[in-house]
Amino acid sequence: MSQNHAEAHDSHHAGHHDGHDSHGAAHGSLRGYVTGFLLSVVLTAIPFWLVMNGVLANSTLTAIVIMLFAAAQIVVHMVYFLHMNGRSEGGWTMMALIFTIVIVAIALTGSLWVMFHLNANMMPDLHKM
Amino acid sequence: MTSYPDWWKLVFGRFTLEAIPYHEPILIATFAAVLLGGLALVALISRFKLWGYLWHEWFTSVDHKKIGIMYMILGVIMLLRGFADALMMRGQQAIAFAGNEGYLPPHHYDQIFTAHGVIMIFFVAMPFVTGLMNYVVPLQIGARDVAFPFLNNFSFWMTVGGAVLVMASLFIGEFAKVGWLAYPPLSGVAYSPGVGMDYYLWALQIAGIGTTLSGVNLIATIVKMRAPGMDLMKMPIFTWTSLCTNVLIVATFPILAATLALLTLDRYVGTNFFTNDLGGNPMMYVNLIWIWGHPEVYILILPLFGVYSEVASTFCGKRLFGYASMVYATVVITILSYLVWLHHFFTMGSGASVNSFFGITTMIISIPTGAKIFNWLFTMYRGRIRFELPMMWLLAFMITFVIGGMTGVMLAVPPADFVLHNSLFLIAHFHNVIIGGVVFGVFAGIAYWFPKAFGFKLDPFWGHLSFWFWVVGFYVAFMPLYILGLMGVTRRLSRFEDPSLQIWFVIAAFGAVLIAFGILCFLIQIGVSILRREQLRDTTGDPWDGRTLEWSTSSPPPAYNFAFTPIAHDLDSWADMKKRGYQRPLTGYRPIHMPKNTGAGLIIAGLATICGFALIWYIWWLAALSFVAAIAAVIIHTFNYDRDFHIPADEVVRAEEARTQLLGRA
Repeated sequence: MSQNHAEAHDSHHAGHHDGHDSHGAAHGSLRGYVTGFLLSVVLTAIPFWLVMNGVLANSTLTAIVIMLFAAAQIVVHMVYFLHMNGRSEGGWTMMALIFTIVIVAIALTGSLWVMFHLNANMMPDLHKM
Repeated sequence: MTSYPDWWKLVFGRFTLEAIPYHEPILIATFAAVLLGGLALVALISRFKLWGYLWHEWFTSVDHKKIGIMYMILGVIMLLRGFADALMMRGQQAIAFAGNEGYLPPHHYDQIFTAHGVIMIFFVAMPFVTGLMNYVVPLQIGARDVAFPFLNNFSFWMTVGGAVLVMASLFIGEFAKVGWLAYPPLSGVAYSPGVGMDYYLWALQIAGIGTTLSGVNLIATIVKMRAPGMDLMKMPIFTWTSLCTNVLIVATFPILAATLALLTLDRYVGTNFFTNDLGGNPMMYVNLIWIWGHPEVYILILPLFGVYSEVASTFCGKRLFGYASMVYATVVITILSYLVWLHHFFTMGSGASVNSFFGITTMIISIPTGAKIFNWLFTMYRGRIRFELPMMWLLAFMITFVIGGMTGVMLAVPPADFVLHNSLFLIAHFHNVIIGGVVFGVFAGIAYWFPKAFGFKLDPFWGHLSFWFWVVGFYVAFMPLYILGLMGVTRRLSRFEDPSLQIWFVIAAFGAVLIAFGILCFLIQIGVSILRREQLRDTTGDPWDGRTLEWSTSSPPPAYNFAFTPIAHDLDSWADMKKRGYQRPLTGYRPIHMPKNTGAGLIIAGLATICGFALIWYIWWLAALSFVAAIAAVIIHTFNYDRDFHIPADEVVRAEEARTQLLGRA
C-alpha cells in the first residue's frame, strides 16, 4: 500500500521538483504564498471592520460571523502555508486532519452538551440570578 | 514559626526551613534511607569510575534501545515508590478501626493516596509503556532508530524531570492532598494553598511535554520508517497498537496540558476558570480532565494488548488468529475511547439523556475488547503452547482482565454507578484492569524481550515465583475491595468506625504483602539472571522462535540494529523469512549513517525541572533565569551541526563476523 502511494507521489512531484525527497510535503510557489497572504489579510480585515464600525447591530451575530471568518482563516493557512492537500505525505496529512477534526468536534460538542445539562440540573440558582 | 527577613522571600520565595518535614518520623527515616542509599550508589559509581561511561553511553545516548531501557529502569524505581505508598495505605486501613487512629495522620494519608495514583499512572505505567514501545517498535519495523533520536532523549529526561519533582515533594514541602485527578475547588488555591498542588501541576506539565513529544516521534517513526514491503496490514500487531496509542497520546495530552494550565492560572494569577465565583465552573474541569483521562487508560492498555498478541502467536507457534480483526478492534477502540468520558462522572448530575448515551457507548467499547480475548483464545486453540513465563502472564491476564471488564460493564450502567460510584468497588475494578492488564502485560513484555535487550534469558524459577506471588496477591488484595465496595465503603478513607469491616482490610493488606513478595522476586530474578548470564545466554538472537523482525538481528542488537535493511514480504516477516530459508548476507557491508549522542536533552530537561521547582516555591528570579536558560539551550542546540557520523564499514564487518561465529557455534 505504502509503496503504491510512494510511486504515485513520485510522479506527482517529478513535474516541479528536481531531486526532492519523494516522501516530503509539497512546497508552495510564490503565487501560492501571495494568494494565501492576500486571503488572510482580507479575512483578518473584515472582522476588524465589522467590530470597529459596528456594521452588524447584534453583537451575538457579529461574534458568530467572526468565528466563521476564523474558521476560513484556518483553512487558508492549512492550504497555502502548511501545503496540506489530499496527496501530501501519501495522504497521511489529510487523514491526520480528518482525525483531528473528529476529535476536536467530539470534545467541543460533547463538552457543550454535557455542560449545558450539568448547568441546567446542578446550578439552578445561577438561572435565577 | 520563626520570622524570616525580607531578603529571604526574595531569594527563597515561600520556602522556609519549616517546609522540611523534620517532625514526621516516617519521612525522616525514609529520607535517611534514600540519602544513605544514594550516597552508596554515588560512591560505587565513583569507585568503579562509571560516571564517564554512564554519561557517554547512557545519559546522552540517542539510541532508542538505550532510551527504552532507561525508561524501564525509571518505571521500576518509581514502582517501588508507588508500591511503598500502597503498602502504607493498606497498613493504615487494616489497623485504623474503632478509635484506633492508625499510624498515618490524615494530611499525610491524603498525600499518600494522591502520590500513589499520580506515580503509578504517570511515572510507572507510562514509562513502562513508552519504554517497551521505544525499544521494540524500531526493531519490529526494521528501522535503525526512531525518526527524531535527539527528541527521544529529550522526552525521556522530561519524564525524569517530572518524576524528580514528585520525589522532591517527599522531603521538601509536601505533595498534593487532592486525589490523583485534583478536582477543583479542592485543588484551587482557596482550599489547597500549599506547595503540594503546585508540585502536582508542574510535575505533570513537564512530564506531559515529554510524553507528547515521544508520541509525535513514534508516530513519525511508524509512518515513515517501515522496512520496504511492510505495508500497514503487514505491520506487527505490537507496532499497530503502538501507533494507535501514540495517536491517542498526541490527540489527548494537549487537552491535559491545557486543563492543567487553566488550573495553574487559577492558582497563580487569580483567574476563575474552575472556581465557584465570577462564572467559573469546577464541573468544567472534571469534564475536561476526563476527556484526556479516558483515552489515557487506553493509552496504557493498548500497547500491552500488542504485547499479549505477540506473546500469544510466538508461544503458540502460529499466526495470530484474526490479525485483521485485531487491527480493526484496536482502531475502533482508539476512536471510541473519545466517546465514553462521561462515565467517570455519571453522578455529577448531567441527567438521564446524557448518562444513557455515555452508558451505551461504554458498553459498546467492551465489544472490540471482548473480540480481542477471543482472538487470543483462538490463537491458542490447536497451537503448540509453550508455557514459558510470558505465556503465563498472558493466561493470568486473560482471566483477570475478563473479570475486570465485567465489573467495568457493571459500572457502565448509570443506575448501578449511582450505588457503586466512589466506592471501593470502583477501586477494585480499575486495579483489576490496570494490574491484570497493564502490569501483567509489562511483565510479559519484560520477560519476552529481555533476552533481545541483553543477550540472555531471565531466570525462569524466580520469574515463576514472582508470577504466582503477583497473581495470587492481586486476588487476595482486591477481591475484598469488591465486597467492601458492595457494602458501601467509600474510597480514600483513613479510618473506620465499623469493626466488622476490619477483617476484609486485613485480608487486603495481606494480599498487598504477597504482591510485595512478587516485586521482590522480580528484582531477585533480575539479579540472579545477571549472575547466571552465562548459563542463560542466547547466541542465536532468536531464543523464543520469534515471528517478527526484532528476532532477526543479534541479541543485544548492534547500535545500527540491522546491517542491511530487511525486506518484508508477509505478516510475521521473520517467521516467513525462516520458512523460506533466509540466509544472512555475509559480505557487502557499507558504512552506516547514525545520529550522534548529545547532552542537550538532559541539560534542557534539567533546566525545565529547575524552572518547575522555582515556580512551585515562588522563587521568581530562578524561574525566569532557568526558563531563559532553557530557551537559550534549545537555540544553541539548533546551531549544533555536528549531529551525525558514520559507523565505518570495517567496524560493521567486525560486529557481523562476531555474530556469524556465534551463530556457527549455536
